[in-house]
Amino acid sequence: MSGRTDKLIVIGNGMVGQKFLESLCEKNRDADIAVLCEESRPAYDRVQLSSYFSGSSADDLSLVEGDFFDEKGINLKKNCTAIGIDRKSKTVQTSDGDELGYDKLVIATGSFPFVPPIPGNDKAHCHVYRTIEDLEAIKASASESSSGVVIGGGLLGLEAAKALKDLGLETHVVEFAPQLMAVQLDERGGALLRKKIESLGVHVHTGKATQEIADGEQTRYQLKFSDGGTLNVDMLVFSAGIRPQDALARDCGLEVGERGGVVVDDYCRTSDPDIYAIGEVALWNGRIYGLVAPGYEMARGLAAHLAGADTPCFQGADMSTKLKLLGVEVGSIGDAHARTEGAHTCLFEDSTAGIYKKLVISADSQKLIGAVLIGDTSDYGNLLQIALNDIKLPENPASLIMPDMGDAPGIGVDSLPDRATICSCNNVSKGDLCTAIDAGAVTLADLKAQTAASSSCGGCAALVKQVLDAELSARGITVKNHLCEHFSYSRQELYHLVRVHEIKTFDALLAQFGSGCGCDICKPAVASILASCWNDYVLSPSLAGLQDTNDYFLGNLQKDGTYSVVPRVPGGEITPQGLITIGDIAKRYDLYTKITGGQRIDLFGARVDQLPGIWQELVDAGFESGHAYGKAMRTVKSCVGSTWCRYGVQDSVGMAIFLEQRYRGLRAPHKIKLAVSGCTRECAEAQGKDIGVIATEKGWNLYVCGNGGMRPRHAELFAVDLDNDTLVRYIDRILMFYIRTADRLQRTSVWRENLEGGLEYLQDVVVNDSLSIGSELEKQMQLIVDNYACEWKATLADEESLKRFRAFVNDPKPDEQLVYVREREQRRPATEDEKLAMQRTDTMEV
Amino acid sequence: MSMEEEWVAVCPTTDILPWTGVAARIDGQQVAIFRTADNEIFVIGNHDPFSGANVISRGIVGDIDGELVVASPVYKQHFRLRDGICIEDAQVSLGSWPVRIFDGIVVVGRHQQVRAA
Ligand code: SRM
Ligand SMILES: Cc1cc2nc3c(=O)[nH]c(=O)nc-3n(C[C@H](O)[C@H](O)[C@H](O)COP(=O)(O)OP(=O)(O)OC[C@H]3O[C@@H](n4cnc5c(N)ncnc54)[C@H](O)[C@@H]3O)c2cc1C
Ligand code: SF4
Ligand code: FES
Repeated sequence: MSGRTDKLIVIGNGMVGQKFLESLCEKNRDADIAVLCEESRPAYDRVQLSSYFSGSSADDLSLVEGDFFDEKGINLKKNCTAIGIDRKSKTVQTSDGDELGYDKLVIATGSFPFVPPIPGNDKAHCHVYRTIEDLEAIKASASESSSGVVIGGGLLGLEAAKALKDLGLETHVVEFAPQLMAVQLDERGGALLRKKIESLGVHVHTGKATQEIADGEQTRYQLKFSDGGTLNVDMLVFSAGIRPQDALARDCGLEVGERGGVVVDDYCRTSDPDIYAIGEVALWNGRIYGLVAPGYEMARGLAAHLAGADTPCFQGADMSTKLKLLGVEVGSIGDAHARTEGAHTCLFEDSTAGIYKKLVISADSQKLIGAVLIGDTSDYGNLLQIALNDIKLPENPASLIMPDMGDAPGIGVDSLPDRATICSCNNVSKGDLCTAIDAGAVTLADLKAQTAASSSCGGCAALVKQVLDAELSARGITVKNHLCEHFSYSRQELYHLVRVHEIKTFDALLAQFGSGCGCDICKPAVASILASCWNDYVLSPSLAGLQDTNDYFLGNLQKDGTYSVVPRVPGGEITPQGLITIGDIAKRYDLYTKITGGQRIDLFGARVDQLPGIWQELVDAGFESGHAYGKAMRTVKSCVGSTWCRYGVQDSVGMAIFLEQRYRGLRAPHKIKLAVSGCTRECAEAQGKDIGVIATEKGWNLYVCGNGGMRPRHAELFAVDLDNDTLVRYIDRILMFYIRTADRLQRTSVWRENLEGGLEYLQDVVVNDSLSIGSELEKQMQLIVDNYACEWKATLADEESLKRFRAFVNDPKPDEQLVYVREREQRRPATEDEKLAMQRTDTMEV
Repeated sequence: MSMEEEWVAVCPTTDILPWTGVAARIDGQQVAIFRTADNEIFVIGNHDPFSGANVISRGIVGDIDGELVVASPVYKQHFRLRDGICIEDAQVSLGSWPVRIFDGIVVVGRHQQVRAA
């Protein structure tokens, strides 16, 4: 840009206007910027608007970080509407009576809700759904209403209906078209969606034109329909579409579309080269984009353009959507209505499960041009990539939407073109990743650092990794799964080396098979392998330096450097006296106490020097370590089962306790969780665990490789109606096989997904003993079961080990920098601000 | 200045297991003292600037590209044992202290050495 500072005015501070400002500031472009913001607050997240009803505050929704405007020297005028543009003098008139000059002007005024011209539409309890103020007004009306109707059954209308339902109103939706979501869904999809929404208690009226909103008798209002029908309600929300807020542009003579919208070119330029329009107000190629992502693209593009880039700002965007409406999953891609010449379709419908999927296929059967998904959108990402990238369809396209036919043909990343977006949060394409790989990136961490891929929500990590592996092998680089720079072996290989060579220490392994001194990756991994193989006391001096701090101090490190204490409570069964003992200890040490998600009790805030004292008391009272700190067997969750529950068919608590006592202390590549339910109602959530057991009339069903956490995975049915002995034998074998063959930090779910041959192979190994290692696996497990000793008990009996629980080697006084405040009658670490405040007065020592 | 004024005796080397660390106080300042298998001793600051907790002594010791380092037990950044400088962000340093062994006793110098990379 030239040396002088341009005057830039942005009209509208909505989602797109704000994104534009952020992008511009990133480009460090020197400009004198004024922003006219009609609303009383700067930009907020309109997409998440409905969460305002479920507890988000205006602050939570804000899109403005900290003192953004002050920091960047932007002049933000709140409550200030632009009322006129004079293109000759290049000025904007504002509602404050001001006149501001510009060199460049950006119109980002968005759109306004369309209210159909129905008599009575201006009554007091008639609303629209666009701003925080609108929602406040709806809330106020709802508090004095018992029923409500949304006029309009599109995307937004259904969202508004959910809000009314959540506000406790009897809720209706009136739609003019014969079906719901007519823009995105075909007729059958619309019908299924309707059924689902009705089953949630929302009344749907389609094919109804409202003629008048009259005063009602029992209710506040009565809607009169053109077919003579009526509907009695207390309040209304209009959601009948949006219209671009283009009055300013129209008045100053800029070109606008026939049905509204400021006409722009590929550079977001209006018919006046000094005026730009972006977001929902802009009409590009005859289209208005009512979604935020295309608006963001315009914002980023325009910022780059103003900073000197010469590439077009916007070249159209995809309007595919995936969402969860009233708890119903809905997805729509491309030409959902199969309007393209010669298009044919492929359908899957399961009306009992409420699932409907449709593929729209090009006339030559080569390409996917559209899709509708209702009830199950798990194929959405896959299908969208196929459609967007013109990937050739498989012989039998139906396999893309058939439920679990075993081998759904995933799209190999090889077939993705370079422009395919891999990380949507950060707009990173496959090409960007390849460029980084060409420049030397060889790990996921490299790619993350160089392209920002997978650095936001992380949802794309698996895909990024696949691209990385594929690209590396395409470049002839063997993908190494070496543990770290000290060992050129994978975890599985090291495991075998340890067993075959009967290696008992890290130093021996390093001397024979490694190099250097080791690090925080290989040391804990080898410690875990040694423990799984030989089950030696974890605190023995030869293992000490290998352990992560959690294993070293037998507690979970907390953010302030203290530790948590979790006694084992097998199966979640605990005596009243046990509860009193734990409570008593927690009270004396002033430990923050919480019931965990694993059916036991966590005591937080113990200093290293306090741990032995606390555990001495617990051990004396008969408690054992819960291994909450280890990559080890954690808990066996149970439901109350046949002993008390009227539906229970087996003693699930008894089985859970048995299993927990059998596998306690077992070390593994990652943590292991089990659960036992007493009947098919599954109150112990066994199908979300690594090993899940569900009672049947005849015995036990065994489920394997489930996971909650970051990426939940449903466990798979492994075997049915097992007796106690067979059940335990199978679990022994499965767990040992996992420990032998899994990678570092791989839960059973991921291990299973990477297991060649899948579930069948695992069944073959465990049930049919196809590798003839069954008895060996059992023997090894038995060794570990027999060698079990409570780590805390052993530690308390060992003077040498106890030495490590000192705060300082040369001073018995504990860390004085631990500061706490009380909240809800318990202690918690002070925040940084609280610490500063306290330092100014009197430091509070605990 | 005499020896006593410059140096503080902290503990016998045998109080520190090989490849582990302990925390100590030098003039009220918290330091982390590490010992390698070859009986080499290093002293760096105990305060982890990334988490705000005093925990560096509890990290795992090892080497990265031939440099001896300790990994913070909280968020796993690595710090060089010889000068406390952070591998991931060379602007950050924990500081280091001179150290000697006399008669099997770890003796630490009172004057912290801060050096930015
Ligand atoms: C205390 C507890 C939360 C609570 O207040 O309820 C908890 C707390 C922690 N969880 Fe958890 N998880 C707790 C139940 C769960 C559950 C629920 C369950 O077990 O039924 C899950 C999902 C189920 C699952 O694992 O499949 C769970 C999934 C995770 C994950 C994600 C694992 C995954 O496979 O995606 C992590 C991270 C990890 O392990 O890498 C994690 C890690 C953690 C850590 C260790 C994070 C850390 O490194 O500091 C937390 C510290 C515990 C502490 O300081 O004592 N926690 N965590 C629960 C302790 C249960 C217990 O009694 O042992
Ligand atoms: C309830 C709801 C749910 C939605 N859900 C989704 C979704 O799931 N996915 C999705 O992609 N999109 C969704 N949208 C649409 C999305 O919010 C819009 O696409 C996006 O907000 C458009 O941004 P914008 O900046 O163009 O317009 P807006 O965000 O509307 O911003 C325009 C701003 O300009 C101000 N303004 C107008 N005229 C003037 C003037 N003369 N002077 C000064 N200021 C003026 C307005 O007051 C407003 O603050 C949803 C919208 C709503 C209302
Ligand atoms: S969900 Fe996250 S914050 Fe909560 S306990 Fe688990 S790891 Fe900690
Ligand atoms: S999609 Fe990549 S981080 Fe969210």
